[in-house]
Amino acid sequence: MKTTRILGIPYYVWMAIFIVLPLVLMLVLSLQARGSDDWTLDNFKNFFASENGMYMRIISDSTVLAGYSTVLCLLIGYPVAYFVSKLPSRQSSFFLIMLVLPTWLNFLLRTYSWMNLLGKNGLINKFLVFFGLKPMNLLYNNGAILLGMVYNFLPFMVYPIYSVMAKIKPTFLEAARDLGASEFQAFWKITFPLTIPGIITGIMMVFMPAVSTFVIPELLGGGQRMYIGNLIQHQFLQSGDWNMGSAVSILMMAMILVAMFILNKFDATGDKEDALW
Amino acid sequence: MVKKLQNLYIYLVLVFLYAPILVLAVYSFNASKSNRVWGGFSLKWYVALFSDREIMSALYYTLMCAIAATVVSTIIGTISAIGMHALNDFPRIKAFALNINYLPVINPDIVTGISLMLVFSFASARMGFVTMLISHITFCVPYVVLSVLPKLNQMDKHLIEAAMDLGASPMFALRKIVLPEIYSGIVTGALLAFTLSIDDFVISFFNTGSGVSNLSIFIYSAARRGISPEVNALSTLMVLCVSILLVVANLRSGKEIASK
Repeated sequence: MKTTRILGIPYYVWMAIFIVLPLVLMLVLSLQARGSDDWTLDNFKNFFASENGMYMRIISDSTVLAGYSTVLCLLIGYPVAYFVSKLPSRQSSFFLIMLVLPTWLNFLLRTYSWMNLLGKNGLINKFLVFFGLKPMNLLYNNGAILLGMVYNFLPFMVYPIYSVMAKIKPTFLEAARDLGASEFQAFWKITFPLTIPGIITGIMMVFMPAVSTFVIPELLGGGQRMYIGNLIQHQFLQSGDWNMGSAVSILMMAMILVAMFILNKFDATGDKEDALW
Repeated sequence: MVKKLQNLYIYLVLVFLYAPILVLAVYSFNASKSNRVWGGFSLKWYVALFSDREIMSALYYTLMCAIAATVVSTIIGTISAIGMHALNDFPRIKAFALNINYLPVINPDIVTGISLMLVFSFASARMGFVTMLISHITFCVPYVVLSVLPKLNQMDKHLIEAAMDLGASPMFALRKIVLPEIYSGIVTGALLAFTLSIDDFVISFFNTGSGVSNLSIFIYSAARRGISPEVNALSTLMVLCVSILLVVANLRSGKEIASK
């Protein structure tokens, strides 16, 4: 119908102003030197050839840390999704609600609460002292950051995996068992391959916030080491170098888009419009 | 035996997820100001909470922004989804619009937040509630569109034609046929928008100013100097509210199933 087509127009204008224009501005800034209007690639050159490779180190550190947290989320989360999907529906819906409930509490509060648990006089160290052990330095290191990431992003891994798992017809598994497959074989040959689209969505949903967060490293890592998110935040709010900050943001965006593109190649069933949730 | 181990595993993960929340809740009843020493049971932080100017203002802005962003983005999102759906004869334009719409979903929050900040600062807008609200609407609408569109795709397109053949005006057909069909998608979109807005930190952080802060920003700025126990009390109340809402929603859907 012709008349309904025009209903989208106000939002197209909105998207042009608040989605496209902002990114174009960012791109323009990244292609100019600080305080000049001339076009240049200096920001990107500085990025890749910085003294003692500082920027490259930040990128690789962030990628490695986000990669670890994604793998941990997958290792912890996959069995959760699998076990929950095998429960009777009343129980499984109870566990699913229990799994999302924490995500409804403010993200910063949950992270802050770990500061209380891990701190020098925190509860965990109190237990250690109580049992005659030495208190440990649990807060302000990479382990604490990793813990915070797994804690915050684990539900993002469990949910997509569970939702594809719940759709697998039980008859598939029964057929496999009837034909002589062991329980493990049935899992490995049927369940696992069918859950790959869920795993891919989960990886994207965990890796992306993990690689770009600046809150978790700052609160749980004490801001001692810089990751991409902290670097961008620092460039914009502290050192005021918007051009370099834009260049780093553009690079991070490109990195994530490339990662998503590659991951989507593995996911033959990927249909953007209907498969988001 | 295997079943028991599996359940044990799920419970262990739940303990991991709930331990920090439980600690917050327990310390909200602590008479001592420290989050590390137990000084006996007290409700004083709950009383103090409601007289704390800073927290109350943050709570006010958080709720106002979430409600306004949800209402506006649900309306814009639904209308635009209907408009986009009608573009089926122009698949290229539709795909292009959808890809742009998808950008805030796949972009990291920090990129969305900072790029919006750039626009506001180039337009020399005064950073405050309005800029925060605009940025919230910008990242909420895409989720509404993405929850409504699949419902429109599932809808039988002949239904509208039938209604109009029988003399319904387009507006009447929209109200009586389309809206009821896509209702569940609209509700999902609105709920998503509300939860995203109320929990947002990064995008708000870069797009607010002049004394306007939401709860996330307040907690962020307070976390490093140590948060006062009023915040523990607030978070306990928030968990309680969410749990009650979920229980009520579950009871209702349980009743619906039972009555069928």
